[in-house]
Amino acid sequence: MDAVQEKNTGMPRIGDPAPSFEAVTTHGTLKLEDFKGTWLVLFSHPADFTPVCTTEFIAFAEFFPEFKKRGVELLGLSVDSLSSHIAWARNIQEKTGIKIPFPIIADLNKEVAIAYGMIHPGQSKTETVRCVFIIDPDQIIRTILYYPLSTGRNIREILRIVDCLQTTDAYKVATPANWKPGDKVIVPAPKTQEEAEERMKQNYECIDWYLCKKQI
Amino acid sequence: MSCISADGTLSESGLKMVRALKNGSRTPEDIAKETGLPLFRVRSGLRDLLQAGAVTQDGNSYLLTEKGLALIS
Repeated sequence: MDAVQEKNTGMPRIGDPAPSFEAVTTHGTLKLEDFKGTWLVLFSHPADFTPVCTTEFIAFAEFFPEFKKRGVELLGLSVDSLSSHIAWARNIQEKTGIKIPFPIIADLNKEVAIAYGMIHPGQSKTETVRCVFIIDPDQIIRTILYYPLSTGRNIREILRIVDCLQTTDAYKVATPANWKPGDKVIVPAPKTQEEAEERMKQNYECIDWYLCKKQI
Repeated sequence: MSCISADGTLSESGLKMVRALKNGSRTPEDIAKETGLPLFRVRSGLRDLLQAGAVTQDGNSYLLTEKGLALIS
């Protein structure tokens, strides 16, 4: 059994506390607990100075103000050195004018990558796949995305997921397919016979007792 | 270290944090609000300043030491 398989004791799941870490980043040494009290999007990319990853970083940088408006911090990661991260960020700024405003973990010993299940040997034994962990202010994992090396992520969708989660938390509702802010939300399904009977008498837009929407 | 170098030179973010502490003890949240720095940067920076002897810690509050004050004198 190789080192990656031996150490990989499992992949974190939605609802788990985010695995703690202390890591060298382009913004100094950071611990997971430094982000307590804010939303965090921790995302990995396979390698610096590669084309798809560069387009993703540019997109994350362009959406950074929108994430900040929502109280969300971004934290990147790859199995590359600090010097590589710094050089790459400088190269992106030189070539495109876009500054990378968020920290990037230099996870050379793969400690964070293994803890978060970011290494998928079927794709690569040395690089992470494109993972996204959306972590709430209590440091619980709320959403996990895994994309292959060949497919750049949709950063707008990651922002949308944050909007969904924050709306769910604030209003105790669910969000239907393709929901965006301003759309009707789903009223949580009744949990008892009595509630189901009452539901149809309430002022919601219902297809049936278990599928009702409302405006917030 | 991110906000103070090995020779004791403060970075721009380090300078902001030390100046925020000049008027008395502050929590990381106070410093983040006052400086506009993200909270995670402040928490990380305070660890560096603590290690460098520029601040002391009492619970969630931090106080500038003589050494810390000298950095901005």
